[in-house]
Amino acid sequence: MSESPVDPEEVRHVADLARVDLADEEVAEFTDQFADILDYFEALDEVPEVDSEPDLVNVMRADEVHDGLTQEEALSNAPETEDGFFKGPTVS
Amino acid sequence: MSSDQQRPDDTHSAPADDAHNAFITESTVEGDREGPLADKTVAIKDNISTEGVRTTCGSAMLTDYVPPYNATVVDRVLDAGATLNGKTNMDEFGMGGTTETSAFGPVANPVDTDHVPGGSSGGSAAAVAAGDADLALGTDTGGSVRNPAAFCGVVGIKPTYGLVSRYGIVAYANSLEQVGPLATTVEDAALLLDVIAGPDDRDATTNDGGEGSAYATAADGDVDGLTVGVITDLIEGADDDVVGVFQESLDELESQGAEITEVSLDSLEHAVQAYYVIAMSEASSNLARFDGVRYGPEGDREGNWNDAFAAVREKGFGPEVKRRILLGTYALSAGYHDKYYKKAQDARAWVKQDFDAAFAEVDVLASPTMPVTPPALGESLDDPLQLYLMDANTVPVNLANLPAISVPAGDVDGLPVGLQLIGPKFGEETIIRAASAVEA
Repeated sequence: MSESPVDPEEVRHVADLARVDLADEEVAEFTDQFADILDYFEALDEVPEVDSEPDLVNVMRADEVHDGLTQEEALSNAPETEDGFFKGPTVS
Repeated sequence: MSSDQQRPDDTHSAPADDAHNAFITESTVEGDREGPLADKTVAIKDNISTEGVRTTCGSAMLTDYVPPYNATVVDRVLDAGATLNGKTNMDEFGMGGTTETSAFGPVANPVDTDHVPGGSSGGSAAAVAAGDADLALGTDTGGSVRNPAAFCGVVGIKPTYGLVSRYGIVAYANSLEQVGPLATTVEDAALLLDVIAGPDDRDATTNDGGEGSAYATAADGDVDGLTVGVITDLIEGADDDVVGVFQESLDELESQGAEITEVSLDSLEHAVQAYYVIAMSEASSNLARFDGVRYGPEGDREGNWNDAFAAVREKGFGPEVKRRILLGTYALSAGYHDKYYKKAQDARAWVKQDFDAAFAEVDVLASPTMPVTPPALGESLDDPLQLYLMDANTVPVNLANLPAISVPAGDVDGLPVGLQLIGPKFGEETIIRAASAVEA
Protein backbone atom coordinates (compact mmCIF):
# COMPACT_ATOMS: atom_id res chain seq x y z
CA MET A 1 0.00 0.00 0.00
CA SER A 2 2.80 2.42 0.74
CA GLU A 3 4.39 1.95 -2.68
CA SER A 4 1.12 3.08 -4.22
CA PRO A 5 -1.14 5.82 -2.96
CA VAL A 6 -3.34 4.79 -0.04
CA ASP A 7 -6.91 4.24 -1.18
CA PRO A 8 -10.14 4.67 0.78
CA GLU A 9 -10.93 0.95 0.70
CA GLU A 10 -7.72 0.16 2.60
CA VAL A 11 -8.51 2.79 5.22
CA ARG A 12 -11.98 1.23 5.64
CA HIS A 13 -10.45 -2.25 5.88
CA VAL A 14 -8.00 -1.23 8.62
CA ALA A 15 -10.77 0.62 10.47
CA ASP A 16 -12.81 -2.55 10.30
CA LEU A 17 -9.92 -4.59 11.74
CA ALA A 18 -9.54 -2.01 14.52
CA ARG A 19 -13.31 -1.93 15.20
CA VAL A 20 -13.65 1.80 14.62
CA ASP A 21 -16.51 3.11 12.48
CA LEU A 22 -15.50 6.06 10.29
CA ALA A 23 -17.64 8.72 8.64
CA ASP A 24 -17.03 9.23 4.90
CA GLU A 25 -15.28 12.55 5.57
CA GLU A 26 -12.93 10.82 8.01
CA VAL A 27 -12.10 8.16 5.43
CA ALA A 28 -11.23 10.85 2.90
CA GLU A 29 -9.10 12.82 5.37
CA PHE A 30 -7.28 9.73 6.67
CA THR A 31 -6.59 8.50 3.12
CA ASP A 32 -4.59 11.65 2.36
CA GLN A 33 -2.88 11.82 5.75
CA PHE A 34 -1.93 8.13 5.81
CA ALA A 35 -0.29 8.47 2.41
CA ASP A 36 1.96 11.24 3.80
CA ILE A 37 2.71 9.46 7.05
CA LEU A 38 3.40 6.04 5.50
CA ASP A 39 5.60 7.70 2.91
CA TYR A 40 7.59 9.21 5.77
CA PHE A 41 7.83 5.79 7.48
CA GLU A 42 9.40 4.42 4.26
CA ALA A 43 12.77 5.74 5.51
CA LEU A 44 12.83 2.82 7.95
CA ASP A 45 13.86 0.70 4.95
CA GLU A 46 17.34 2.26 5.30
CA VAL A 47 17.77 0.97 8.85
CA PRO A 48 20.30 -1.85 8.97
CA GLU A 49 19.52 -5.06 10.77
CA VAL A 50 20.81 -4.52 14.29
CA ASP A 51 22.11 -7.27 16.50
CA SER A 52 20.73 -6.46 19.86
CA GLU A 53 21.12 -8.52 22.93
CA PRO A 54 18.77 -6.90 25.37
CA ASP A 55 19.85 -7.38 28.96
CA LEU A 56 16.62 -9.08 29.88
CA VAL A 57 16.32 -11.42 32.79
CA ASN A 58 13.33 -13.30 34.09
CA VAL A 59 11.91 -11.55 37.13
CA MET A 60 10.37 -14.22 39.32
CA ARG A 61 8.36 -13.85 42.45
CA ALA A 62 6.33 -16.14 44.65
CA ASP A 63 2.75 -16.60 43.49
CA GLU A 64 0.91 -15.16 46.47
CA VAL A 65 -2.71 -14.15 46.83
CA HIS A 66 -3.26 -10.44 47.50
CA ASP A 67 -6.43 -8.43 47.86
CA GLY A 68 -7.81 -7.26 44.53
CA LEU A 69 -10.85 -5.27 43.51
CA THR A 70 -14.17 -6.45 44.86
CA GLN A 71 -16.75 -7.55 42.31
CA GLU A 72 -18.70 -4.37 43.03
CA GLU A 73 -15.63 -2.20 42.40
CA ALA A 74 -14.78 -4.05 39.21
CA LEU A 75 -18.29 -3.51 37.87
CA SER A 76 -18.62 0.09 39.08
CA ASN A 77 -17.80 1.72 35.73
CA ALA A 78 -19.73 -0.63 33.45
CA PRO A 79 -22.61 0.93 31.53
CA GLU A 80 -24.64 -2.28 31.96
CA THR A 81 -24.35 -5.20 34.36
CA GLU A 82 -26.55 -8.20 35.14
CA ASP A 83 -26.36 -10.57 38.12
CA GLY A 84 -22.81 -9.43 38.96
CA PHE A 85 -21.50 -9.74 35.41
CA PHE A 86 -20.55 -7.26 32.72
CA LYS A 87 -23.24 -7.17 30.08
CA GLY A 88 -22.00 -6.97 26.53
CA PRO A 89 -23.73 -6.76 23.19
CA THR A 90 -25.07 -9.80 21.37
CA VAL A 91 -22.53 -12.25 20.02
CA SER A 92 -23.83 -13.30 16.66
CA MET B 1 -10.67 11.06 51.91
CA SER B 2 -11.91 12.79 48.83
CA SER B 3 -13.92 15.99 48.60
CA ASP B 4 -14.43 15.60 44.90
CA GLN B 5 -16.37 18.52 43.51
CA GLN B 6 -17.15 17.16 40.08
CA ARG B 7 -20.74 16.79 39.03
CA PRO B 8 -21.32 13.60 37.06
CA ASP B 9 -23.40 15.30 34.40
CA ASP B 10 -20.89 18.07 33.96
CA THR B 11 -18.28 17.26 31.36
CA HIS B 12 -16.06 20.05 32.57
CA SER B 13 -15.86 20.92 36.24
CA ALA B 14 -12.55 22.72 36.46
CA PRO B 15 -11.85 25.31 39.16
CA ALA B 16 -13.71 28.55 38.60
CA ASP B 17 -10.44 30.45 38.48
CA ASP B 18 -8.81 27.99 36.07
CA ALA B 19 -8.08 30.70 33.52
CA HIS B 20 -5.93 28.46 31.33
CA ASN B 21 -8.19 25.38 31.26
CA ALA B 22 -5.33 23.48 32.88
CA PHE B 23 -7.68 21.26 34.92
CA ILE B 24 -10.33 18.78 33.83
CA THR B 25 -11.56 17.99 37.33
CA GLU B 26 -11.15 19.98 40.51
CA SER B 27 -10.72 17.76 43.49
CA THR B 28 -8.89 18.03 46.77
CA VAL B 29 -7.41 14.92 48.31
CA GLU B 30 -5.50 15.47 51.53
CA GLY B 31 -2.40 13.41 52.11
CA ASP B 32 -0.76 12.50 55.39
CA ARG B 33 0.21 16.13 56.09
CA GLU B 34 3.62 14.92 57.18
CA GLY B 35 6.59 14.17 55.02
CA PRO B 36 8.77 15.81 52.40
CA LEU B 37 5.77 17.22 50.47
CA ALA B 38 3.74 18.28 53.56
CA ASP B 39 3.15 21.87 52.46
CA LYS B 40 2.84 21.20 48.73
CA THR B 41 -0.07 20.97 46.33
CA VAL B 42 0.36 18.46 43.50
CA ALA B 43 -1.71 18.39 40.30
CA ILE B 44 -2.05 15.01 38.62
CA LYS B 45 -2.28 14.36 34.88
CA ASP B 46 -5.63 12.89 34.05
CA ASN B 47 -4.31 9.56 32.77
CA ILE B 48 -3.05 8.69 36.27
CA SER B 49 -5.65 6.79 38.31
CA THR B 50 -7.03 8.49 41.41
CA GLU B 51 -9.37 6.52 43.64
CA GLY B 52 -12.83 8.07 43.64
CA VAL B 53 -11.80 10.97 41.39
CA ARG B 54 -12.66 10.63 37.72
CA THR B 55 -9.80 10.00 35.35
CA THR B 56 -10.72 10.92 31.78
CA CYS B 57 -7.45 10.75 29.81
CA GLY B 58 -8.80 13.85 28.07
CA SER B 59 -11.21 11.59 26.20
CA ALA B 60 -14.97 11.47 25.71
CA MET B 61 -14.51 7.70 26.08
CA LEU B 62 -13.74 8.09 29.80
CA THR B 63 -15.76 11.19 30.72
CA ASP B 64 -17.42 9.36 33.62
CA TYR B 65 -14.70 6.84 34.49
CA VAL B 66 -13.94 6.79 38.24
CA PRO B 67 -11.04 4.49 39.18
CA PRO B 68 -11.58 2.23 42.18
CA TYR B 69 -7.89 2.44 43.11
CA ASN B 70 -4.89 4.81 43.15
CA ALA B 71 -1.88 4.60 40.88
CA THR B 72 1.24 3.77 42.90
CA VAL B 73 2.65 7.26 42.25
CA VAL B 74 -0.51 8.81 43.71
CA ASP B 75 -0.22 6.73 46.88
CA ARG B 76 3.42 7.76 47.19
CA VAL B 77 2.66 11.45 46.76
CA LEU B 78 -0.11 11.26 49.39
CA ASP B 79 2.12 9.29 51.76
CA ALA B 80 4.71 12.05 51.38
CA GLY B 81 2.19 14.51 52.81
CA ALA B 82 1.11 16.34 49.66
CA THR B 83 -2.37 17.60 48.88
CA LEU B 84 -3.70 16.65 45.45
CA ASN B 85 -5.55 19.62 44.00
CA GLY B 86 -6.88 18.43 40.67
CA LYS B 87 -6.62 16.36 37.52
CA THR B 88 -4.94 18.13 34.67
CA ASN B 89 -5.91 18.53 31.04
CA MET B 90 -3.99 16.60 28.41
CA ASP B 91 -3.97 15.51 24.81
CA GLU B 92 -6.45 12.65 24.43
CA PHE B 93 -4.75 9.48 25.79
CA GLY B 94 -1.44 11.40 25.62
CA MET B 95 -1.57 11.54 21.84
CA GLY B 96 -0.41 15.00 20.86
CA GLY B 97 2.17 17.65 21.60
CA THR B 98 -0.03 20.72 22.08
CA THR B 99 -2.91 19.65 24.42
CA GLU B 100 -5.29 20.60 21.61
CA THR B 101 -6.56 17.04 21.06
CA SER B 102 -8.24 17.04 24.51
CA ALA B 103 -11.98 16.40 24.44
CA PHE B 104 -12.17 19.05 27.19
CA GLY B 105 -10.78 21.89 25.08
CA PRO B 106 -7.28 23.28 24.64
CA VAL B 107 -5.06 24.69 27.39
CA ALA B 108 -3.63 28.21 27.13
CA ASN B 109 0.06 28.72 27.80
CA PRO B 110 0.30 30.91 30.94
CA VAL B 111 3.40 32.62 29.52
CA ASP B 112 1.45 33.79 26.44
CA THR B 113 -2.19 32.73 26.28
CA ASP B 114 -2.33 32.90 22.48
CA HIS B 115 0.06 29.94 22.37
CA VAL B 116 -0.17 26.24 23.18
CA PRO B 117 1.39 24.95 26.41
CA GLY B 118 2.86 21.94 24.62
CA GLY B 119 1.76 18.45 25.43
CA SER B 120 0.64 15.98 26.10
CA SER B 121 1.01 16.95 29.80
CA GLY B 122 0.05 20.54 28.93
CA GLY B 123 -2.34 20.97 31.85
CA SER B 124 0.30 19.84 34.35
CA ALA B 125 2.90 22.27 32.96
CA ALA B 126 0.40 25.14 32.76
CA ALA B 127 -0.83 24.53 36.33
CA VAL B 128 2.73 24.76 37.65
CA ALA B 129 3.67 27.73 35.45
CA ALA B 130 0.54 29.65 36.53
CA GLY B 131 1.09 28.87 40.21
CA ASP B 132 -2.13 26.82 40.42
CA ALA B 133 -0.13 23.89 41.82
CA ASP B 134 3.30 23.74 43.46
CA LEU B 135 4.19 20.53 41.65
CA ALA B 136 2.64 18.27 39.05
CA LEU B 137 2.90 14.78 37.67
CA GLY B 138 2.86 14.14 33.95
CA THR B 139 3.66 11.14 31.78
CA ASP B 140 6.30 11.08 29.04
CA THR B 141 5.95 8.58 26.20
CA GLY B 142 7.77 10.59 23.52
CA GLY B 143 8.39 13.91 25.25
CA SER B 144 5.07 14.62 26.96
CA VAL B 145 6.68 15.94 30.16
CA ARG B 146 9.70 17.70 28.60
CA ASN B 147 7.81 19.33 25.73
CA PRO B 148 5.25 21.23 27.88
CA ALA B 149 7.92 21.98 30.50
CA ALA B 150 9.99 23.66 27.76
CA PHE B 151 7.01 25.51 26.25
CA CYS B 152 5.71 26.78 29.63
CA GLY B 153 9.14 27.71 31.01
CA VAL B 154 9.20 25.15 33.83
CA VAL B 155 11.27 22.07 34.71
CA GLY B 156 10.27 18.54 33.70
CA ILE B 157 12.00 15.19 34.17
CA LYS B 158 11.54 11.99 32.16
CA PRO B 159 13.03 9.24 34.35
CA THR B 160 14.92 6.14 33.22
CA TYR B 161 12.50 3.42 32.11
CA GLY B 162 11.85 1.28 35.18
CA LEU B 163 12.64 3.92 37.82
CA VAL B 164 9.00 4.90 38.42
CA SER B 165 5.98 2.59 38.65
CA ARG B 166 3.45 2.71 35.85
CA TYR B 167 0.82 0.87 37.91
CA GLY B 168 -2.44 2.77 37.52
CA ILE B 169 -1.35 4.73 34.44
CA VAL B 170 -3.80 4.32 31.57
CA ALA B 171 -1.51 2.70 29.04
CA TYR B 172 -0.74 4.29 25.68
CA ALA B 173 2.65 2.77 24.75
CA ASN B 174 3.96 0.78 27.72
CA SER B 175 7.47 0.12 26.47
CA LEU B 176 8.14 3.87 26.17
CA GLU B 177 6.28 5.68 28.93
CA GLN B 178 7.30 6.88 32.38
CA VAL B 179 5.68 9.15 34.94
CA GLY B 180 7.68 12.33 35.50
CA PRO B 181 7.61 15.40 37.76
CA LEU B 182 7.11 19.06 36.75
CA ALA B 183 8.00 22.04 38.96
CA THR B 184 9.24 25.61 38.77
CA THR B 185 12.70 24.66 40.03
CA VAL B 186 15.06 21.76 39.39
CA GLU B 187 15.26 21.04 43.11
CA ASP B 188 11.47 20.81 43.49
CA ALA B 189 11.14 18.51 40.48
CA ALA B 190 13.94 16.36 41.90
CA LEU B 191 12.21 16.27 45.29
CA LEU B 192 9.05 14.92 43.67
CA LEU B 193 11.15 12.35 41.80
CA ASP B 194 12.64 11.22 45.13
CA VAL B 195 9.08 10.58 46.33
CA ILE B 196 7.78 8.62 43.32
CA ALA B 197 10.92 6.65 42.35
CA GLY B 198 11.59 3.07 43.35
CA PRO B 199 10.49 -0.50 42.66
CA ASP B 200 6.84 -1.53 42.84
CA ASP B 201 5.82 -5.16 42.87
CA ARG B 202 2.70 -4.16 40.92
CA ASP B 203 4.84 -3.10 37.93
CA ALA B 204 7.28 -5.83 36.93
CA THR B 205 9.20 -3.40 34.71
CA THR B 206 10.39 -1.40 37.72
CA ASN B 207 13.74 -2.22 39.29
CA ASP B 208 16.13 -0.93 41.92
CA GLY B 209 18.51 0.87 39.54
CA GLY B 210 17.93 4.14 41.37
CA GLU B 211 18.63 2.70 44.83
CA GLY B 212 20.57 5.00 47.12
CA SER B 213 19.89 8.05 44.98
CA ALA B 214 19.13 11.46 46.47
CA TYR B 215 17.81 13.56 43.62
CA ALA B 216 16.95 16.81 45.42
CA THR B 217 20.37 16.84 47.08
CA ALA B 218 21.96 16.51 43.65
CA ALA B 219 20.64 19.94 42.61
CA ASP B 220 23.82 21.62 43.84
CA GLY B 221 24.90 23.30 40.60
CA ASP B 222 28.36 21.76 40.63
CA VAL B 223 29.35 21.13 37.00
CA ASP B 224 33.10 21.62 37.37
CA GLY B 225 34.79 19.02 35.16
CA LEU B 226 31.51 17.71 33.68
CA THR B 227 31.67 16.86 29.97
CA VAL B 228 28.61 17.87 27.96
CA GLY B 229 28.16 16.48 24.42
CA VAL B 230 26.02 18.58 22.09
CA ILE B 231 24.02 16.31 19.76
CA THR B 232 24.64 18.06 16.45
CA ASP B 233 21.93 15.99 14.69
CA LEU B 234 19.32 17.66 16.91
CA ILE B 235 20.56 21.19 16.24
CA GLU B 236 20.23 21.03 12.47
CA GLY B 237 16.43 20.94 12.44
CA ALA B 238 15.93 23.59 15.12
CA ASP B 239 15.00 27.25 14.57
CA ASP B 240 17.99 29.61 14.57
CA ASP B 241 16.60 31.69 17.44
CA VAL B 242 16.11 28.55 19.52
CA VAL B 243 19.67 27.41 18.79
CA GLY B 244 20.91 30.86 19.86
CA VAL B 245 19.27 30.55 23.28
CA PHE B 246 20.52 26.95 23.56
CA GLN B 247 24.06 28.14 22.83
CA GLU B 248 23.85 30.75 25.60
CA SER B 249 22.93 28.04 28.11
CA LEU B 250 25.96 26.01 27.01
CA ASP B 251 28.15 29.08 27.47
CA GLU B 252 26.76 29.37 30.99
CA LEU B 253 27.70 25.74 31.72
CA GLU B 254 31.16 26.26 30.25
CA SER B 255 31.73 29.36 32.38
CA GLN B 256 31.04 27.20 35.44
CA GLY B 257 33.69 24.66 34.53
CA ALA B 258 31.91 22.22 32.22
CA GLU B 259 33.62 21.03 29.06
CA ILE B 260 31.48 21.27 25.90
CA THR B 261 32.07 18.89 22.98
CA GLU B 262 30.07 17.78 19.95
CA VAL B 263 28.74 14.33 19.17
CA SER B 264 26.75 12.94 16.25
CA LEU B 265 24.38 9.97 16.42
CA ASP B 266 23.58 8.65 12.93
CA SER B 267 20.64 6.56 14.12
CA LEU B 268 18.65 9.64 15.16
CA GLU B 269 17.67 10.28 11.56
CA HIS B 270 15.24 7.36 11.96
CA ALA B 271 14.13 7.97 15.53
CA VAL B 272 10.85 9.76 14.80
CA GLN B 273 9.69 7.08 12.35
CA ALA B 274 10.68 4.31 14.75
CA TYR B 275 8.98 6.05 17.66
CA TYR B 276 5.69 6.54 15.86
CA VAL B 277 5.55 3.00 14.47
CA ILE B 278 6.20 1.51 17.93
CA ALA B 279 3.93 3.92 19.81
CA MET B 280 1.05 3.51 17.37
CA SER B 281 1.41 -0.27 17.35
CA GLU B 282 1.32 -0.45 21.13
CA ALA B 283 -1.59 2.01 21.20
CA SER B 284 -3.64 -0.07 18.78
CA SER B 285 -3.34 -2.98 21.20
CA ASN B 286 -3.72 -1.03 24.46
CA LEU B 287 -6.78 0.91 23.35
CA ALA B 288 -8.60 -2.25 22.24
CA ARG B 289 -9.99 -2.41 25.79
CA PHE B 290 -12.22 0.62 25.21
CA ASP B 291 -15.29 -1.16 23.92
CA GLY B 292 -18.09 0.27 26.05
CA VAL B 293 -18.52 -2.91 28.13
CA ARG B 294 -16.36 -2.47 31.25
CA TYR B 295 -16.26 1.32 31.03
CA GLY B 296 -17.01 4.01 28.50
CA PRO B 297 -20.19 5.39 27.03
CA GLU B 298 -23.18 3.17 26.66
CA GLY B 299 -23.26 1.98 23.10
CA ASP B 300 -26.06 1.27 20.73
CA ARG B 301 -26.78 -2.36 21.52
CA GLU B 302 -28.33 -3.01 18.12
CA GLY B 303 -26.42 -5.32 15.84
CA ASN B 304 -23.68 -7.76 16.73
CA TRP B 305 -20.71 -7.54 19.08
CA ASN B 306 -18.32 -6.09 16.49
CA ASP B 307 -20.80 -3.51 15.20
CA ALA B 308 -21.50 -2.35 18.75
CA PHE B 309 -17.79 -1.98 19.55
CA ALA B 310 -17.08 -0.08 16.34
CA ALA B 311 -19.95 2.32 17.06
CA VAL B 312 -18.81 3.06 20.64
CA ARG B 313 -15.23 3.61 19.46
CA GLU B 314 -16.36 5.95 16.68
CA LYS B 315 -18.22 8.00 19.27
CA GLY B 316 -15.66 7.90 22.08
CA PHE B 317 -12.36 8.54 20.29
CA GLY B 318 -11.20 11.81 18.72
CA PRO B 319 -9.43 12.05 15.34
CA GLU B 320 -5.81 11.78 16.52
CA VAL B 321 -6.58 8.68 18.60
CA LYS B 322 -8.34 7.04 15.64
CA ARG B 323 -5.43 7.95 13.40
CA ARG B 324 -2.91 6.27 15.69
CA ILE B 325 -5.04 3.18 16.34
CA LEU B 326 -5.55 2.68 12.60
CA LEU B 327 -1.90 3.26 11.66
CA GLY B 328 -0.81 0.94 14.47
CA THR B 329 -3.23 -1.72 13.32
CA TYR B 330 -1.86 -1.32 9.82
CA ALA B 331 1.79 -1.54 10.92
CA LEU B 332 1.10 -4.79 12.76
CA SER B 333 -1.10 -6.36 10.07
CA ALA B 334 -0.10 -9.38 8.03
CA GLY B 335 2.38 -8.47 5.32
CA TYR B 336 3.45 -5.16 6.91
CA HIS B 337 4.78 -6.26 10.29
CA ASP B 338 8.34 -6.88 9.05
CA LYS B 339 8.39 -3.72 6.97
CA TYR B 340 7.32 -1.37 9.76
CA TYR B 341 7.33 -2.87 13.25
CA LYS B 342 10.41 -5.05 12.94
CA LYS B 343 12.38 -2.27 11.25
CA ALA B 344 11.31 0.15 13.97
CA GLN B 345 12.62 -2.27 16.61
CA ASP B 346 15.93 -2.43 14.75
CA ALA B 347 16.08 1.36 14.73
CA ARG B 348 15.32 1.40 18.45
CA ALA B 349 18.22 -0.97 19.16
CA TRP B 350 20.47 1.18 16.96
CA VAL B 351 19.51 4.35 18.85
CA LYS B 352 20.32 2.62 22.15
CA GLN B 353 23.73 1.55 20.86
CA ASP B 354 24.48 5.06 19.63
CA PHE B 355 23.66 6.54 23.03
CA ASP B 356 25.77 3.92 24.81
CA ALA B 357 28.73 4.79 22.60
CA ALA B 358 28.25 8.52 23.24
CA PHE B 359 28.14 8.03 27.01
CA ALA B 360 31.49 6.30 26.85
CA GLU B 361 32.86 9.76 25.90
CA VAL B 362 30.72 12.30 27.77
CA ASP B 363 28.79 12.62 31.05
CA VAL B 364 25.62 14.20 29.67
CA LEU B 365 24.21 14.98 26.23
CA ALA B 366 22.49 18.25 25.35
CA SER B 367 20.01 19.60 22.78
CA PRO B 368 17.22 22.13 22.66
CA THR B 369 14.20 20.33 24.18
CA MET B 370 11.97 21.50 21.33
CA PRO B 371 13.23 22.65 17.93
CA VAL B 372 10.69 25.50 17.91
CA THR B 373 8.94 27.89 20.30
CA PRO B 374 5.31 27.12 21.24
CA PRO B 375 3.00 27.37 18.20
CA ALA B 376 -0.02 29.66 18.29
CA LEU B 377 -3.24 27.99 19.43
CA GLY B 378 -5.11 26.43 16.52
CA GLU B 379 -2.31 26.41 13.97
CA SER B 380 -0.99 22.85 14.35
CA LEU B 381 -3.74 20.27 14.06
CA ASP B 382 -4.32 20.28 10.31
CA ASP B 383 -1.09 18.51 9.48
CA PRO B 384 -0.40 15.54 11.77
CA LEU B 385 2.95 14.68 10.17
CA GLN B 386 4.32 18.17 10.90
CA LEU B 387 3.31 17.72 14.55
CA TYR B 388 5.10 14.37 14.71
CA LEU B 389 8.28 15.99 13.39
CA MET B 390 8.17 18.49 16.26
CA ASP B 391 9.06 15.52 18.54
CA ALA B 392 12.46 14.92 16.89
CA ASN B 393 14.49 15.96 19.94
CA THR B 394 12.45 14.22 22.63
CA VAL B 395 11.60 10.74 21.25
CA PRO B 396 15.17 9.35 21.07
CA VAL B 397 15.34 9.31 24.88
CA ASN B 398 12.21 7.17 25.16
CA LEU B 399 13.46 4.74 22.51
CA ALA B 400 16.70 4.34 24.50
CA ASN B 401 14.97 4.14 27.95
CA LEU B 402 17.17 7.00 29.21
CA PRO B 403 16.56 9.84 31.69
CA ALA B 404 16.33 13.45 30.52
CA ILE B 405 15.41 16.82 31.99
CA SER B 406 14.14 20.02 30.41
CA VAL B 407 15.19 23.21 32.18
CA PRO B 408 14.34 26.79 31.12
CA ALA B 409 17.18 28.20 29.00
CA GLY B 410 15.75 31.60 28.07
CA ASP B 411 13.23 32.92 25.59
CA VAL B 412 12.70 34.05 22.02
CA ASP B 413 10.46 37.13 21.89
CA GLY B 414 8.98 36.18 25.26
CA LEU B 415 8.33 32.53 24.33
CA PRO B 416 10.21 29.98 26.46
CA VAL B 417 13.03 27.75 25.20
CA GLY B 418 14.07 24.63 27.09
CA LEU B 419 17.48 23.00 27.38
CA GLN B 420 17.33 19.20 27.33
CA LEU B 421 20.02 17.29 29.22
CA ILE B 422 20.15 13.53 28.72
CA GLY B 423 21.92 11.12 31.05
CA PRO B 424 22.97 7.49 30.93
CA LYS B 425 20.67 4.85 32.41
CA PHE B 426 19.83 5.81 36.02
CA GLY B 427 22.00 8.93 35.66
CA GLU B 428 19.25 11.20 37.04
CA GLU B 429 21.54 12.76 39.66
CA THR B 430 23.98 13.90 36.98
CA ILE B 431 21.38 15.60 34.77
CA ILE B 432 19.71 17.19 37.82
CA ARG B 433 23.09 18.58 38.92
CA ALA B 434 23.81 19.97 35.44
CA ALA B 435 20.32 21.45 35.06
CA SER B 436 20.56 23.19 38.43
CA ALA B 437 23.67 24.99 37.18
CA VAL B 438 21.72 26.41 34.24
CA GLU B 439 18.69 27.77 36.09
CA ALA B 440 20.92 29.99 38.26
